[in-house]
Amino acid sequence: MILVAAMGILLLLIGFGLGYLFGNGIAGLVIALVIWAIMNLIAYFQGDSILLLMSRAIKISPDDHPRLYNVVEEMKIASGLPKMPDVYIIDDPALNAFATGRDPSKASVAITSGLLEKLNRDELEGVIGHEVSHIKNRDVLLMSLCSVLLGTIVILAWYGSRALIFSGGGRRSSKGGGQGQLIILAVAIILMILAPILAQLIYFAISRKREYLADASSALYTRYPEGLASALEKLGASTGQLKSANQATAPMYIVNPFRPKGRAVSDLTATHPPLSERIRILRTMAGGASYGDYDKAYQQVHKGGASIMPATALAGAGAVGLRAAAPAATLKEPEQSRVERTREVGDLLWQKSGYKIIDCECGTRLKIPSNIGKATVKCPHCGRTHQI
Amino acid sequence: MAVWAWVIIGIVVVLLFYFVFIFNGLVGLRNQVKNAWAQIDVQLKRRHDLIPNLVQTVQGYMQYERATLEAVTKARNVAQQAIGQGVGAQAKAEGELSGALSRLLAVVERYPDLKANQNFLALQEQLTSTENKISFSRQFYNDSVLNYNNKTQMFPSNIVAGMTGFKQGEFFKVEEAAEREVPKVSFEQPKP
Repeated sequence: MILVAAMGILLLLIGFGLGYLFGNGIAGLVIALVIWAIMNLIAYFQGDSILLLMSRAIKISPDDHPRLYNVVEEMKIASGLPKMPDVYIIDDPALNAFATGRDPSKASVAITSGLLEKLNRDELEGVIGHEVSHIKNRDVLLMSLCSVLLGTIVILAWYGSRALIFSGGGRRSSKGGGQGQLIILAVAIILMILAPILAQLIYFAISRKREYLADASSALYTRYPEGLASALEKLGASTGQLKSANQATAPMYIVNPFRPKGRAVSDLTATHPPLSERIRILRTMAGGASYGDYDKAYQQVHKGGASIMPATALAGAGAVGLRAAAPAATLKEPEQSRVERTREVGDLLWQKSGYKIIDCECGTRLKIPSNIGKATVKCPHCGRTHQI
Repeated sequence: MAVWAWVIIGIVVVLLFYFVFIFNGLVGLRNQVKNAWAQIDVQLKRRHDLIPNLVQTVQGYMQYERATLEAVTKARNVAQQAIGQGVGAQAKAEGELSGALSRLLAVVERYPDLKANQNFLALQEQLTSTENKISFSRQFYNDSVLNYNNKTQMFPSNIVAGMTGFKQGEFFKVEEAAEREVPKVSFEQPKP
Protein backbone atom coordinates (compact mmCIF):
# COMPACT_ATOMS: atom_id res chain seq x y z
CA MET A 1 0.00 0.00 0.00
CA ILE A 2 2.88 2.34 0.82
CA LEU A 3 4.35 1.52 -2.56
CA VAL A 4 1.12 2.32 -4.36
CA ALA A 5 0.88 5.62 -2.52
CA ALA A 6 4.47 6.40 -3.48
CA MET A 7 3.57 5.89 -7.11
CA GLY A 8 0.56 8.17 -6.76
CA ILE A 9 2.70 10.91 -5.22
CA LEU A 10 5.17 10.52 -8.04
CA LEU A 11 2.36 11.05 -10.52
CA LEU A 12 1.18 14.19 -8.75
CA LEU A 13 4.70 15.56 -8.60
CA ILE A 14 5.29 15.06 -12.27
CA GLY A 15 1.93 16.59 -13.09
CA PHE A 16 2.83 19.61 -10.99
CA GLY A 17 6.26 19.88 -12.59
CA LEU A 18 4.83 19.62 -16.08
CA GLY A 19 2.24 22.26 -15.33
CA TYR A 20 4.89 24.52 -13.87
CA LEU A 21 6.81 24.43 -17.13
CA PHE A 22 3.74 25.77 -18.87
CA GLY A 23 3.25 28.36 -16.23
CA ASN A 24 0.68 26.80 -13.93
CA GLY A 25 1.52 24.00 -11.51
CA ILE A 26 -2.02 23.40 -10.28
CA ALA A 27 -3.40 23.03 -13.79
CA GLY A 28 -0.78 20.39 -14.53
CA LEU A 29 -1.75 18.55 -11.39
CA VAL A 30 -5.39 18.56 -12.40
CA ILE A 31 -4.54 17.35 -15.89
CA ALA A 32 -2.47 14.48 -14.45
CA LEU A 33 -5.36 13.44 -12.22
CA VAL A 34 -7.90 13.64 -15.03
CA ILE A 35 -5.76 11.53 -17.36
CA TRP A 36 -5.18 9.00 -14.62
CA ALA A 37 -8.89 8.82 -13.80
CA ILE A 38 -9.87 8.28 -17.42
CA MET A 39 -7.29 5.54 -17.93
CA ASN A 40 -8.40 3.88 -14.72
CA LEU A 41 -12.02 3.85 -15.81
CA ILE A 42 -11.06 2.21 -19.08
CA ALA A 43 -8.91 -0.35 -17.28
CA TYR A 44 -11.65 -1.01 -14.73
CA PHE A 45 -14.46 -1.65 -17.15
CA GLN A 46 -12.69 -2.96 -20.22
CA GLY A 47 -9.34 -4.20 -18.93
CA ASP A 48 -10.15 -7.90 -18.85
CA SER A 49 -11.83 -8.06 -22.24
CA ILE A 50 -9.03 -6.04 -23.82
CA LEU A 51 -6.44 -8.36 -22.30
CA LEU A 52 -8.25 -11.52 -23.39
CA LEU A 53 -8.78 -10.12 -26.86
CA MET A 54 -5.14 -9.11 -27.17
CA SER A 55 -3.90 -12.51 -26.11
CA ARG A 56 -6.32 -14.19 -28.55
CA ALA A 57 -7.77 -16.39 -25.83
CA ILE A 58 -10.56 -18.85 -26.64
CA LYS A 59 -13.29 -19.41 -24.07
CA ILE A 60 -14.00 -23.05 -23.28
CA SER A 61 -16.97 -24.85 -21.77
CA PRO A 62 -16.88 -27.77 -19.29
CA ASP A 63 -17.28 -30.30 -22.14
CA ASP A 64 -14.39 -28.94 -24.17
CA HIS A 65 -11.73 -29.83 -21.66
CA PRO A 66 -13.24 -31.42 -18.55
CA ARG A 67 -9.96 -31.78 -16.67
CA LEU A 68 -8.97 -28.11 -16.94
CA TYR A 69 -12.48 -26.94 -16.15
CA ASN A 70 -12.70 -29.27 -13.16
CA VAL A 71 -9.34 -28.17 -11.80
CA VAL A 72 -10.42 -24.52 -12.02
CA GLU A 73 -13.65 -25.38 -10.25
CA GLU A 74 -11.77 -27.29 -7.55
CA MET A 75 -9.58 -24.27 -6.90
CA LYS A 76 -12.62 -22.00 -6.96
CA ILE A 77 -14.10 -24.13 -4.18
CA ALA A 78 -10.85 -24.31 -2.21
CA SER A 79 -10.41 -20.53 -2.31
CA GLY A 80 -14.08 -19.77 -1.73
CA LEU A 81 -14.54 -17.53 -4.77
CA PRO A 82 -18.17 -16.44 -5.07
CA LYS A 83 -18.42 -17.35 -8.75
CA MET A 84 -16.78 -19.72 -11.20
CA PRO A 85 -14.25 -17.78 -13.32
CA ASP A 86 -14.42 -18.11 -17.10
CA VAL A 87 -11.82 -20.48 -18.49
CA TYR A 88 -9.79 -19.59 -21.59
CA ILE A 89 -7.15 -21.32 -23.69
CA ILE A 90 -4.48 -19.46 -25.65
CA ASP A 91 -3.24 -21.30 -28.72
CA ASP A 92 0.46 -20.83 -28.14
CA PRO A 93 3.26 -23.36 -27.52
CA ALA A 94 4.85 -21.05 -24.93
CA LEU A 95 4.26 -22.03 -21.32
CA ASN A 96 2.24 -19.47 -19.38
CA ALA A 97 -1.04 -18.72 -17.66
CA PHE A 98 -2.76 -15.60 -16.36
CA ALA A 99 -5.80 -14.39 -14.48
CA THR A 100 -7.83 -11.26 -15.10
CA GLY A 101 -11.03 -9.54 -14.01
CA ARG A 102 -11.74 -6.58 -11.79
CA ASP A 103 -13.35 -8.43 -8.90
CA PRO A 104 -13.77 -12.03 -7.73
CA SER A 105 -17.28 -12.32 -9.11
CA LYS A 106 -16.24 -11.37 -12.63
CA ALA A 107 -12.94 -13.00 -13.44
CA SER A 108 -11.23 -15.20 -16.00
CA VAL A 109 -8.36 -17.66 -16.01
CA ALA A 110 -6.37 -18.31 -19.18
CA ILE A 111 -3.72 -20.90 -19.91
CA THR A 112 -1.64 -21.54 -23.00
CA SER A 113 -2.14 -24.79 -24.86
CA GLY A 114 1.58 -25.50 -24.44
CA LEU A 115 1.31 -25.43 -20.67
CA LEU A 116 -1.88 -27.47 -20.62
CA GLU A 117 -0.12 -30.20 -22.58
CA LYS A 118 2.88 -30.27 -20.35
CA LEU A 119 1.45 -30.39 -16.82
CA ASN A 120 -0.03 -33.31 -14.95
CA ARG A 121 -3.04 -32.84 -12.72
CA ASP A 122 -1.18 -31.90 -9.53
CA GLU A 123 0.97 -29.37 -11.35
CA LEU A 124 -2.02 -27.91 -13.18
CA GLU A 125 -3.73 -27.54 -9.83
CA GLY A 126 -0.74 -25.63 -8.45
CA VAL A 127 -0.72 -23.23 -11.41
CA ILE A 128 -4.48 -22.68 -11.37
CA GLY A 129 -4.30 -22.21 -7.59
CA HIS A 130 -1.75 -19.44 -8.17
CA GLU A 131 -3.99 -17.75 -10.75
CA VAL A 132 -7.17 -18.12 -8.71
CA SER A 133 -5.43 -16.55 -5.73
CA HIS A 134 -4.51 -13.55 -7.89
CA ILE A 135 -8.27 -13.19 -8.35
CA LYS A 136 -9.07 -13.86 -4.72
CA ASN A 137 -6.46 -11.39 -3.42
CA ARG A 138 -7.67 -8.79 -5.94
CA ASP A 139 -4.19 -8.55 -7.41
CA VAL A 140 -5.66 -8.10 -10.84
CA LEU A 141 -7.33 -4.86 -9.79
CA LEU A 142 -4.27 -3.69 -7.84
CA MET A 143 -1.84 -4.41 -10.63
CA SER A 144 -3.97 -2.84 -13.33
CA LEU A 145 -4.33 0.32 -11.23
CA CYS A 146 -0.57 0.36 -10.78
CA SER A 147 0.17 -0.24 -14.42
CA VAL A 148 -2.18 2.56 -15.43
CA LEU A 149 -0.42 4.76 -12.90
CA LEU A 150 2.92 3.76 -14.36
CA GLY A 151 1.70 4.32 -17.90
CA THR A 152 0.39 7.78 -17.06
CA ILE A 153 3.67 8.77 -15.43
CA VAL A 154 5.64 7.57 -18.42
CA ILE A 155 3.41 9.43 -20.87
CA LEU A 156 3.50 12.67 -18.89
CA ALA A 157 7.26 12.50 -18.45
CA TRP A 158 7.69 11.92 -22.16
CA TYR A 159 5.58 14.92 -23.12
CA GLY A 160 7.21 16.98 -20.41
CA SER A 161 10.70 16.32 -21.66
CA ARG A 162 9.65 17.09 -25.26
CA ALA A 163 8.09 20.36 -24.16
CA LEU A 164 11.19 21.22 -22.23
CA ILE A 165 13.47 20.66 -25.18
CA PHE A 166 11.46 22.41 -27.85
CA SER A 167 9.94 25.39 -26.11
CA GLY A 168 9.67 25.58 -22.35
CA GLY A 169 13.24 26.11 -21.19
CA GLY A 170 14.12 29.20 -23.17
CA ARG A 171 10.98 31.16 -22.47
CA ARG A 172 11.18 30.64 -18.74
CA SER A 173 14.79 31.63 -18.21
CA SER A 174 14.54 34.73 -20.39
CA LYS A 175 11.85 36.06 -18.10
CA GLY A 176 14.45 35.98 -15.38
CA GLY A 177 12.35 34.96 -12.41
CA GLY A 178 15.32 34.67 -10.07
CA GLN A 179 17.12 31.83 -8.37
CA GLY A 180 14.02 30.19 -6.86
CA GLN A 181 12.48 29.52 -10.23
CA LEU A 182 15.70 28.17 -11.59
CA ILE A 183 15.90 25.62 -8.80
CA ILE A 184 12.32 24.53 -9.38
CA LEU A 185 13.06 24.23 -13.08
CA ALA A 186 16.07 22.04 -12.36
CA VAL A 187 14.02 19.85 -10.03
CA ALA A 188 11.33 19.54 -12.70
CA ILE A 189 13.88 18.40 -15.25
CA ILE A 190 15.36 15.83 -12.90
CA LEU A 191 11.86 14.63 -12.07
CA MET A 192 11.05 14.16 -15.76
CA ILE A 193 14.04 11.90 -16.07
CA LEU A 194 13.80 10.02 -12.79
CA ALA A 195 10.05 9.60 -12.36
CA PRO A 196 9.51 6.91 -15.02
CA ILE A 197 12.46 4.89 -13.77
CA LEU A 198 11.40 5.21 -10.16
CA ALA A 199 7.80 4.34 -10.99
CA GLN A 200 8.95 1.27 -12.88
CA LEU A 201 11.01 0.09 -9.90
CA ILE A 202 8.15 0.58 -7.46
CA TYR A 203 5.83 -1.22 -9.85
CA PHE A 204 8.16 -4.21 -10.02
CA ALA A 205 8.46 -4.33 -6.24
CA ILE A 206 4.68 -4.46 -5.84
CA SER A 207 4.39 -7.10 -8.51
CA ARG A 208 7.01 -9.35 -6.90
CA LYS A 209 5.32 -9.10 -3.51
CA ARG A 210 2.01 -10.21 -4.97
CA GLU A 211 3.69 -13.12 -6.72
CA TYR A 212 5.01 -14.44 -3.42
CA LEU A 213 1.57 -14.07 -1.90
CA ALA A 214 -0.03 -15.93 -4.80
CA ASP A 215 2.48 -18.77 -4.48
CA ALA A 216 1.74 -19.01 -0.77
CA SER A 217 -2.02 -19.01 -1.42
CA SER A 218 -1.68 -21.71 -4.04
CA ALA A 219 0.16 -23.88 -1.52
CA LEU A 220 -2.55 -23.15 1.03
CA TYR A 221 -5.43 -24.04 -1.31
CA THR A 222 -3.92 -27.20 -2.74
CA ARG A 223 -2.18 -28.21 0.52
CA TYR A 224 0.50 -29.44 -1.82
CA PRO A 225 3.36 -27.00 -2.55
CA GLU A 226 5.25 -29.62 -4.53
CA GLY A 227 2.65 -29.42 -7.34
CA LEU A 228 3.35 -25.75 -8.02
CA ALA A 229 7.10 -26.23 -7.46
CA SER A 230 7.37 -28.91 -10.10
CA ALA A 231 5.17 -26.91 -12.49
CA LEU A 232 7.46 -23.90 -12.04
CA GLU A 233 10.40 -26.15 -12.77
CA LYS A 234 8.84 -27.15 -16.08
CA LEU A 235 8.06 -23.50 -16.82
CA GLY A 236 11.64 -22.54 -16.06
CA ALA A 237 13.04 -25.11 -18.43
CA SER A 238 11.16 -23.71 -21.41
CA THR A 239 12.56 -21.12 -23.75
CA GLY A 240 9.48 -20.13 -25.72
CA GLN A 241 8.25 -16.55 -25.68
CA LEU A 242 4.58 -15.70 -25.51
CA LYS A 243 3.67 -13.83 -28.68
CA SER A 244 0.61 -12.01 -27.42
CA ALA A 245 1.81 -10.54 -24.12
CA ASN A 246 2.87 -6.94 -23.60
CA GLN A 247 4.71 -4.92 -20.99
CA ALA A 248 1.63 -3.71 -19.14
CA THR A 249 0.09 -7.15 -18.79
CA ALA A 250 3.26 -8.94 -17.73
CA PRO A 251 2.52 -9.13 -13.97
CA MET A 252 -0.69 -11.02 -14.68
CA TYR A 253 1.20 -14.04 -15.96
CA ILE A 254 2.56 -16.83 -13.80
CA VAL A 255 6.09 -16.33 -15.10
CA ASN A 256 7.47 -13.27 -16.82
CA PRO A 257 6.49 -13.57 -20.51
CA PHE A 258 9.37 -11.31 -21.52
CA ARG A 259 12.77 -12.72 -21.62
CA PRO A 260 15.37 -12.84 -24.33
CA LYS A 261 14.30 -15.28 -26.99
CA GLY A 262 16.00 -18.62 -26.68
CA ARG A 263 16.99 -18.08 -23.08
CA ALA A 264 15.49 -19.82 -20.09
CA VAL A 265 13.43 -17.77 -17.63
CA SER A 266 16.30 -16.14 -15.88
CA ASP A 267 16.69 -14.98 -12.32
CA LEU A 268 16.92 -11.42 -13.60
CA THR A 269 13.24 -11.10 -14.47
CA ALA A 270 11.86 -8.07 -12.83
CA THR A 271 8.08 -8.37 -12.52
CA HIS A 272 8.48 -11.81 -10.97
CA PRO A 273 10.79 -13.11 -8.28
CA PRO A 274 13.48 -15.47 -9.54
CA LEU A 275 11.93 -18.80 -10.44
CA SER A 276 14.65 -20.84 -8.78
CA GLU A 277 13.96 -18.99 -5.56
CA ARG A 278 10.19 -19.49 -5.78
CA ILE A 279 10.77 -23.21 -6.25
CA ARG A 280 13.20 -23.37 -3.36
CA ILE A 281 10.78 -21.62 -1.00
CA LEU A 282 7.96 -23.98 -1.94
CA ARG A 283 10.17 -27.01 -1.41
CA THR A 284 11.40 -25.67 1.94
CA MET A 285 7.83 -25.65 3.25
CA ALA A 286 8.23 -28.80 5.30
CA GLY A 287 5.90 -28.32 8.25
CA GLY A 288 2.64 -27.28 6.66
CA ALA A 289 0.86 -25.29 3.97
CA SER A 290 -0.21 -22.14 5.84
CA TYR A 291 0.92 -18.58 5.11
CA GLY A 292 3.05 -18.79 8.23
CA ASP A 293 4.87 -21.83 6.89
CA TYR A 294 5.51 -20.07 3.59
CA ASP A 295 6.83 -17.05 5.42
CA LYS A 296 9.16 -19.23 7.47
CA ALA A 297 10.42 -20.94 4.33
CA TYR A 298 10.95 -17.55 2.68
CA GLN A 299 13.03 -16.34 5.60
CA GLN A 300 15.01 -19.56 5.59
CA VAL A 301 15.83 -19.21 1.91
CA HIS A 302 16.74 -15.56 2.43
CA LYS A 303 18.88 -16.24 5.48
CA GLY A 304 16.93 -14.32 8.05
CA GLY A 305 15.35 -11.76 5.73
CA ALA A 306 12.26 -9.75 6.58
CA SER A 307 8.79 -11.26 6.45
CA ILE A 308 7.19 -11.22 2.99
CA MET A 309 3.56 -12.00 3.80
CA PRO A 310 1.18 -9.16 4.68
CA ALA A 311 0.43 -9.10 8.40
CA THR A 312 -3.29 -9.64 7.75
CA ALA A 313 -2.54 -12.98 6.08
CA LEU A 314 -0.44 -14.16 9.01
CA ALA A 315 -2.83 -13.12 11.76
CA GLY A 316 -4.98 -15.86 13.20
CA ALA A 317 -3.85 -18.57 10.79
CA GLY A 318 -3.77 -21.99 12.40
CA ALA A 319 -1.60 -24.96 11.58
CA VAL A 320 -2.39 -26.39 8.16
CA GLY A 321 -1.24 -29.85 7.21
CA LEU A 322 0.15 -30.95 3.88
CA ARG A 323 -1.49 -33.70 1.92
CA ALA A 324 -0.11 -36.68 0.08
CA ALA A 325 0.54 -36.60 -3.65
CA ALA A 326 -2.82 -37.95 -4.82
CA PRO A 327 -5.67 -35.68 -3.79
CA ALA A 328 -8.51 -37.21 -1.77
CA ALA A 329 -6.26 -40.26 -1.33
CA THR A 330 -9.07 -42.64 -2.18
CA LEU A 331 -9.22 -42.39 -5.95
CA LYS A 332 -6.24 -42.27 -8.17
CA GLU A 333 -6.57 -41.09 -11.71
CA PRO A 334 -4.36 -42.93 -14.16
CA GLU A 335 -1.57 -40.58 -15.15
CA GLN A 336 -2.16 -39.43 -18.69
CA SER A 337 0.85 -39.51 -20.90
CA ARG A 338 2.23 -36.41 -22.53
CA VAL A 339 1.08 -37.68 -25.93
CA GLU A 340 -2.50 -38.13 -24.77
CA ARG A 341 -2.62 -34.66 -23.28
CA THR A 342 -1.19 -33.13 -26.44
CA ARG A 343 -3.78 -34.91 -28.57
CA GLU A 344 -6.55 -33.79 -26.25
CA VAL A 345 -5.56 -30.14 -26.42
CA GLY A 346 -4.92 -30.32 -30.17
CA ASP A 347 -8.39 -31.71 -30.85
CA LEU A 348 -9.93 -29.04 -28.68
CA LEU A 349 -8.21 -26.28 -30.66
CA TRP A 350 -9.30 -27.83 -33.97
CA GLN A 351 -12.87 -27.92 -32.72
CA LYS A 352 -12.71 -24.35 -31.48
CA SER A 353 -11.58 -23.11 -34.86
CA GLY A 354 -14.66 -24.58 -36.53
CA TYR A 355 -13.49 -28.06 -37.45
CA LYS A 356 -15.66 -31.10 -36.84
CA ILE A 357 -13.98 -34.19 -35.48
CA ILE A 358 -15.15 -37.65 -36.55
CA ASP A 359 -13.69 -40.86 -35.17
CA CYS A 360 -13.57 -43.57 -37.84
CA GLU A 361 -13.86 -47.19 -36.77
CA CYS A 362 -10.44 -47.94 -38.23
CA GLY A 363 -8.89 -45.65 -35.62
CA THR A 364 -8.39 -42.64 -37.87
CA ARG A 365 -9.52 -39.28 -36.55
CA LEU A 366 -10.90 -37.06 -39.27
CA LYS A 367 -10.88 -33.29 -38.88
CA ILE A 368 -13.41 -31.73 -41.21
CA PRO A 369 -13.45 -27.96 -41.89
CA SER A 370 -16.85 -26.31 -41.63
CA ASN A 371 -16.83 -25.03 -45.21
CA ILE A 372 -16.29 -28.41 -46.86
CA GLY A 373 -19.63 -28.18 -48.73
CA LYS A 374 -20.35 -31.91 -48.80
CA ALA A 375 -22.70 -34.03 -46.72
CA THR A 376 -20.47 -37.10 -46.51
CA VAL A 377 -16.76 -37.70 -46.35
CA LYS A 378 -14.63 -40.77 -47.04
CA CYS A 379 -12.01 -42.03 -44.63
CA PRO A 380 -8.67 -41.92 -46.44
CA HIS A 381 -7.48 -45.11 -44.76
CA CYS A 382 -10.31 -47.60 -44.91
CA GLY A 383 -12.74 -45.94 -47.31
CA ARG A 384 -15.77 -45.89 -45.02
CA THR A 385 -18.12 -42.96 -45.63
CA HIS A 386 -19.16 -40.72 -42.74
CA GLN A 387 -22.09 -38.31 -42.43
CA ILE A 388 -21.08 -34.82 -41.42
CA MET B 1 -19.22 21.83 29.87
CA ALA B 2 -20.46 21.93 26.33
CA VAL B 3 -17.06 20.82 25.05
CA TRP B 4 -16.98 17.81 27.37
CA ALA B 5 -20.46 16.83 26.34
CA TRP B 6 -19.48 16.89 22.71
CA VAL B 7 -16.35 14.82 23.36
CA ILE B 8 -18.39 12.17 25.19
CA ILE B 9 -21.00 12.10 22.47
CA GLY B 10 -18.20 11.77 19.92
CA ILE B 11 -16.65 8.82 21.75
CA VAL B 12 -20.01 7.10 22.08
CA VAL B 13 -20.72 7.52 18.38
CA VAL B 14 -17.31 6.14 17.42
CA LEU B 15 -17.78 3.16 19.73
CA LEU B 16 -21.21 2.55 18.25
CA PHE B 17 -19.82 2.56 14.73
CA TYR B 18 -17.05 0.22 15.82
CA PHE B 19 -19.58 -2.11 17.39
CA VAL B 20 -21.67 -2.19 14.21
CA PHE B 21 -18.56 -2.76 12.13
CA ILE B 22 -17.46 -5.78 14.17
CA PHE B 23 -20.99 -7.14 14.37
CA ASN B 24 -21.37 -7.02 10.60
CA GLY B 25 -18.01 -8.70 10.19
CA LEU B 26 -19.11 -11.53 12.46
CA VAL B 27 -22.37 -11.96 10.55
CA GLY B 28 -20.42 -12.11 7.31
CA LEU B 29 -18.12 -14.81 8.66
CA ARG B 30 -21.02 -16.82 10.05
CA ASN B 31 -22.77 -16.69 6.70
CA GLN B 32 -19.59 -17.81 5.01
CA VAL B 33 -19.49 -20.85 7.30
CA LYS B 34 -23.11 -21.64 6.44
CA ASN B 35 -22.46 -21.23 2.74
CA ALA B 36 -19.35 -23.41 2.91
CA TRP B 37 -21.42 -26.11 4.57
CA ALA B 38 -23.98 -25.93 1.76
CA GLN B 39 -21.16 -26.32 -0.77
CA ILE B 40 -20.16 -29.66 0.73
CA ASP B 41 -23.72 -30.90 0.30
CA VAL B 42 -23.75 -29.78 -3.33
CA GLN B 43 -20.64 -31.84 -4.05
CA LEU B 44 -21.91 -34.90 -2.17
CA LYS B 45 -25.11 -34.78 -4.17
CA ARG B 46 -23.14 -34.55 -7.40
CA ARG B 47 -21.34 -37.73 -6.46
CA HIS B 48 -24.63 -39.48 -5.78
CA ASP B 49 -25.85 -38.44 -9.22
CA LEU B 50 -22.75 -39.78 -10.94
CA ILE B 51 -22.90 -43.27 -9.49
CA PRO B 52 -25.89 -44.74 -11.42
CA ASN B 53 -24.14 -43.65 -14.63
CA LEU B 54 -20.91 -45.24 -13.56
CA VAL B 55 -22.55 -48.53 -12.62
CA GLN B 56 -24.38 -48.60 -15.96
CA THR B 57 -21.20 -48.05 -17.93
CA VAL B 58 -19.16 -50.56 -15.99
CA GLN B 59 -21.79 -53.31 -15.83
CA GLY B 60 -21.34 -54.58 -19.36
CA TYR B 61 -17.63 -55.17 -18.84
CA MET B 62 -17.68 -56.67 -15.37
CA GLN B 63 -20.07 -59.57 -15.18
CA TYR B 64 -17.96 -61.23 -12.51
CA GLU B 65 -17.88 -58.29 -10.15
CA ARG B 66 -21.55 -58.13 -9.33
CA ALA B 67 -20.88 -58.00 -5.59
CA THR B 68 -18.59 -54.98 -5.87
CA LEU B 69 -21.09 -53.14 -8.04
CA GLU B 70 -23.96 -53.91 -5.73
CA ALA B 71 -21.92 -52.70 -2.76
CA VAL B 72 -21.44 -49.34 -4.52
CA THR B 73 -25.13 -49.00 -5.36
CA LYS B 74 -26.11 -49.95 -1.84
CA ALA B 75 -23.63 -47.55 -0.24
CA ARG B 76 -24.94 -44.80 -2.47
CA ASN B 77 -28.55 -45.44 -1.42
CA VAL B 78 -27.57 -45.49 2.23
CA ALA B 79 -25.68 -42.23 1.79
CA GLN B 80 -28.64 -40.64 0.07
CA GLN B 81 -30.93 -41.59 2.91
CA ALA B 82 -28.44 -40.24 5.43
CA ILE B 83 -28.91 -36.69 4.10
CA GLY B 84 -30.37 -34.57 6.87
CA GLN B 85 -29.70 -37.14 9.60
CA GLY B 86 -26.93 -35.21 11.28
CA VAL B 87 -23.27 -34.67 10.52
CA GLY B 88 -22.10 -37.92 12.10
CA ALA B 89 -24.43 -40.26 10.23
CA GLN B 90 -23.89 -38.48 6.94
CA ALA B 91 -20.12 -38.51 7.30
CA LYS B 92 -20.13 -42.23 8.08
CA ALA B 93 -22.31 -43.10 5.09
CA GLU B 94 -20.22 -40.96 2.75
CA GLY B 95 -17.06 -42.55 4.08
CA GLU B 96 -18.43 -45.99 3.29
CA LEU B 97 -19.40 -44.85 -0.19
CA SER B 98 -15.85 -43.62 -0.76
CA GLY B 99 -14.56 -47.02 0.32
CA ALA B 100 -16.91 -48.92 -2.00
CA LEU B 101 -15.99 -46.65 -4.91
CA SER B 102 -12.28 -47.04 -4.43
CA ARG B 103 -12.72 -50.83 -4.31
CA LEU B 104 -14.60 -50.68 -7.60
CA LEU B 105 -11.93 -48.55 -9.23
CA ALA B 106 -9.23 -50.89 -7.97
CA VAL B 107 -11.02 -53.79 -9.66
CA VAL B 108 -11.20 -51.79 -12.91
CA GLU B 109 -7.45 -52.25 -13.24
CA ARG B 110 -8.14 -55.82 -14.31
CA TYR B 111 -10.24 -54.76 -17.31
CA PRO B 112 -8.11 -53.10 -19.98
CA ASP B 113 -11.10 -52.84 -22.36
CA LEU B 114 -12.98 -50.79 -19.83
CA LYS B 115 -10.02 -48.52 -19.23
CA ALA B 116 -9.97 -47.70 -22.94
CA ASN B 117 -13.67 -46.83 -22.99
CA GLN B 118 -14.11 -43.09 -23.65
CA ASN B 119 -17.33 -42.99 -21.69
CA PHE B 120 -15.71 -44.57 -18.68
CA LEU B 121 -12.69 -42.28 -18.84
CA ALA B 122 -14.94 -39.24 -18.88
CA LEU B 123 -16.85 -40.60 -15.90
CA GLN B 124 -13.64 -41.33 -14.06
CA GLU B 125 -12.50 -37.75 -14.55
CA GLN B 126 -15.80 -36.47 -13.18
CA LEU B 127 -15.59 -38.83 -10.24
CA THR B 128 -11.99 -37.95 -9.39
CA SER B 129 -12.82 -34.28 -9.63
CA THR B 130 -15.95 -34.61 -7.52
CA GLU B 131 -13.94 -36.46 -4.93
CA ASN B 132 -11.43 -33.57 -4.93
CA LYS B 133 -14.22 -31.02 -4.78
CA ILE B 134 -15.65 -32.75 -1.73
CA SER B 135 -12.34 -32.57 0.06
CA PHE B 136 -11.69 -28.99 -1.04
CA SER B 137 -15.13 -27.82 0.04
CA ARG B 138 -14.57 -29.51 3.38
CA GLN B 139 -11.20 -27.80 3.60
CA PHE B 140 -12.77 -24.43 2.86
CA TYR B 141 -15.50 -25.10 5.41
CA ASN B 142 -12.91 -25.82 8.09
CA ASP B 143 -10.91 -22.73 7.11
CA SER B 144 -14.08 -20.64 7.39
CA VAL B 145 -14.90 -22.13 10.79
CA LEU B 146 -11.36 -21.38 11.95
CA ASN B 147 -11.67 -17.74 10.84
CA TYR B 148 -15.04 -17.39 12.45
CA ASN B 149 -13.96 -19.02 15.72
CA ASN B 150 -10.85 -16.88 15.89
CA LYS B 151 -13.01 -13.78 15.53
CA THR B 152 -15.41 -14.88 18.25
CA GLN B 153 -12.56 -15.63 20.67
CA MET B 154 -10.13 -12.79 20.03
CA PHE B 155 -10.24 -9.40 21.67
CA PRO B 156 -12.05 -7.08 21.03
CA SER B 157 -14.50 -8.86 18.76
CA ASN B 158 -15.14 -11.50 21.43
CA ILE B 159 -16.97 -8.84 23.48
CA VAL B 160 -19.36 -8.13 20.64
CA ALA B 161 -19.74 -11.85 19.95
CA GLY B 162 -20.50 -12.54 23.60
CA MET B 163 -23.05 -9.72 23.82
CA THR B 164 -24.94 -10.72 20.70
CA GLY B 165 -24.76 -14.49 21.11
CA PHE B 166 -22.42 -15.76 18.38
CA LYS B 167 -21.70 -19.44 19.00
CA GLN B 168 -18.57 -21.35 18.05
CA GLY B 169 -18.60 -23.18 14.73
CA GLU B 170 -18.08 -26.91 14.54
CA PHE B 171 -15.19 -28.38 12.52
CA PHE B 172 -15.88 -31.14 10.02
CA LYS B 173 -13.59 -33.75 11.47
CA VAL B 174 -15.77 -36.83 11.49
CA GLU B 175 -15.34 -37.87 7.91
CA GLU B 176 -11.59 -37.72 8.14
CA ALA B 177 -11.73 -40.62 10.59
CA ALA B 178 -13.89 -42.58 8.17
CA GLU B 179 -11.53 -41.76 5.34
CA ARG B 180 -8.53 -42.96 7.24
CA GLU B 181 -10.04 -46.44 7.24
CA VAL B 182 -10.39 -46.48 3.51
CA PRO B 183 -6.96 -47.72 2.47
CA LYS B 184 -7.33 -50.63 4.84
CA VAL B 185 -10.69 -51.52 3.36
CA SER B 186 -9.59 -51.22 -0.23
CA PHE B 187 -7.02 -53.97 0.07
CA GLU B 188 -9.48 -56.42 1.59
CA GLN B 189 -10.97 -59.01 -0.72
CA PRO B 190 -14.75 -59.14 -0.51
CA LYS B 191 -15.65 -62.15 1.58
CA PRO B 192 -17.63 -64.88 -0.17
